[in-house]
Amino acid sequence: MKLGSHEFRSNTLPAAITVIPAVAWLALFVAIPLVYILVMSFCSIDEYYNVTLQLTLGNYENLLNPSYVQIYVQSLVIAALSTIICLVLGYPFAYLISRTFKEHKIILYMLVIIPFWTNSLIRIYGWRTFLGASGFLNTALMSLHVVNEPVDFLFNQGATILGMTYDLFPFMVLPLYTAIEKLDESQIEASSDLGARGLATLFKVVVPQTVSGIFSGCIMVFIPSLGAFYISDILGGGNSDVIGNLIQRQFQSGNNWPLGAALSIILIAITLLLVKVYQRSGGDMESLGV
Amino acid sequence: MALKRQLREKLRHRGGIVYCAIIYGVLFLPIAVIVANSFNATDTKPYMSWKGFTFDWYARLFSDKSLLSSFGNTMVLAIATTIIATVMGTIVAVGMYRYMFRGKGIIDGLLYIPVVIPEIVMGISLLVLFTSIHLPQGMPSLVIAHVTFCLPFVIFNVRARLDGYDQSLEEASMDLGANKLKTFFGVTLPMLAPGIAGGALLSFTLSIDDVVVSFFVNGQTMTFPLKVMQSIKSGVAPDVNALSTLILIATILLVVLTQSKMVPNLVSKLRNRRSRALRSQDCAGTLSVNLKEES
Repeated sequence: MKLGSHEFRSNTLPAAITVIPAVAWLALFVAIPLVYILVMSFCSIDEYYNVTLQLTLGNYENLLNPSYVQIYVQSLVIAALSTIICLVLGYPFAYLISRTFKEHKIILYMLVIIPFWTNSLIRIYGWRTFLGASGFLNTALMSLHVVNEPVDFLFNQGATILGMTYDLFPFMVLPLYTAIEKLDESQIEASSDLGARGLATLFKVVVPQTVSGIFSGCIMVFIPSLGAFYISDILGGGNSDVIGNLIQRQFQSGNNWPLGAALSIILIAITLLLVKVYQRSGGDMESLGV
Repeated sequence: MALKRQLREKLRHRGGIVYCAIIYGVLFLPIAVIVANSFNATDTKPYMSWKGFTFDWYARLFSDKSLLSSFGNTMVLAIATTIIATVMGTIVAVGMYRYMFRGKGIIDGLLYIPVVIPEIVMGISLLVLFTSIHLPQGMPSLVIAHVTFCLPFVIFNVRARLDGYDQSLEEASMDLGANKLKTFFGVTLPMLAPGIAGGALLSFTLSIDDVVVSFFVNGQTMTFPLKVMQSIKSGVAPDVNALSTLILIATILLVVLTQSKMVPNLVSKLRNRRSRALRSQDCAGTLSVNLKEES
């Protein structure tokens, strides 16, 4: 890249003009804020809960508080169960809409997208209206005399898992759909021609070819479900907090922001770890994007 | 034997239909509940038990100033976000595709952060930044935050389109005497249009749906989802359901009206993804897919 190089000189200006605005934007509003969080996680607070630059490891020591550890475990369990349920329900579904009913696949694909157009918070509240003590389901069950008292469907871990699974299900289905659609039909035929049974074909031919879709679907469900505090708020009612709830509480006014920052660092670390595993296993980052 | 096999195939097909119907049923269940509850004549919190049919909530909606203004804010925010993210994202995607420079890998890394990081981390990190630079929180901070999480999606969409892009058309345009600007608007932009439209649509959807990031950076400005969140503790009044129902009807109408445009767009988007995968294995296949896309 000598200065006299004609090509280099003629490209520098347009390259700079086109690329700099967006790069500056990302640096300013993505990179710098994350550095702020990292720095803040080592800061202290004074008696008025103002953040001071007195560096400490105290926030990280506080993370080991048993009541927090219990919530990390609970959050990981909720995320893992939601991911597994999404995968187990989503895989056959994606297979059916992309291959078995492929003549209608565009409409079937659209029908997965359409619920997105109603705000997710409102849809989660719709579940609460449906399952609540005086909600639709209990009203129906009681008027049919199936039960005499309203059933407590809500405010437990199961309800939170239901909400997470429901909200994130499309993020599992769409990458699976893309991966399954690309399957090589002739290999499936070859496998059954050679005498393999349905299940053997499934696990030896179909699943290995769609591993990339499985991985990206799992990442797209697992990571958001660690942070989606409003779902556990609305359906779990404080009995099934996730890491997101802990962070949200610390960042409400008058609370311990540095502790919240340290909690976020945990969440960032989990995310980076999972993404590294994903990349190591040959995952394409861009297929997480759409 | 053959008959048995046929029967089994048929059963499997039926089972598949039932399975899909159940999944779609669950996906649409809360939406059905929302629509039903918008006609609920209940007047007592938490507005859940069914008390008969009424249109009252639709009438009341138009006198609920704070709800309407929150909806207005959501629209202004989504439109501003979509315009800024789409313009900036398209320009940088083209620039990154066309020019070689150092640090592309770093830019890619920056782009993936908003996509994979939990929204709550993004929300609080922006809150911390805005507080420390004393940026007044409200519409400006909301627009900045929303553009930040939409920008990568626009770039990915436009880039996917650029991957299957035939540069010789641009060269032909230049050879025929068009200048750079004319070539960009006459040749490059129309070819990228589906990718740009896809990115814009995704930005708009992400923006109107966002709860978590907005929750931290909204200041005093209420968006529609935040307004709903605020009222959840005491029970969301069915005029919110009425508004959601109207929004749903409007989007479905919009899709039906523009269907001739929407469906081919979606098809080309799907094909685009497939063609990316195919390209590595089969050039001829890609060519035919691309040709189909253009037609």
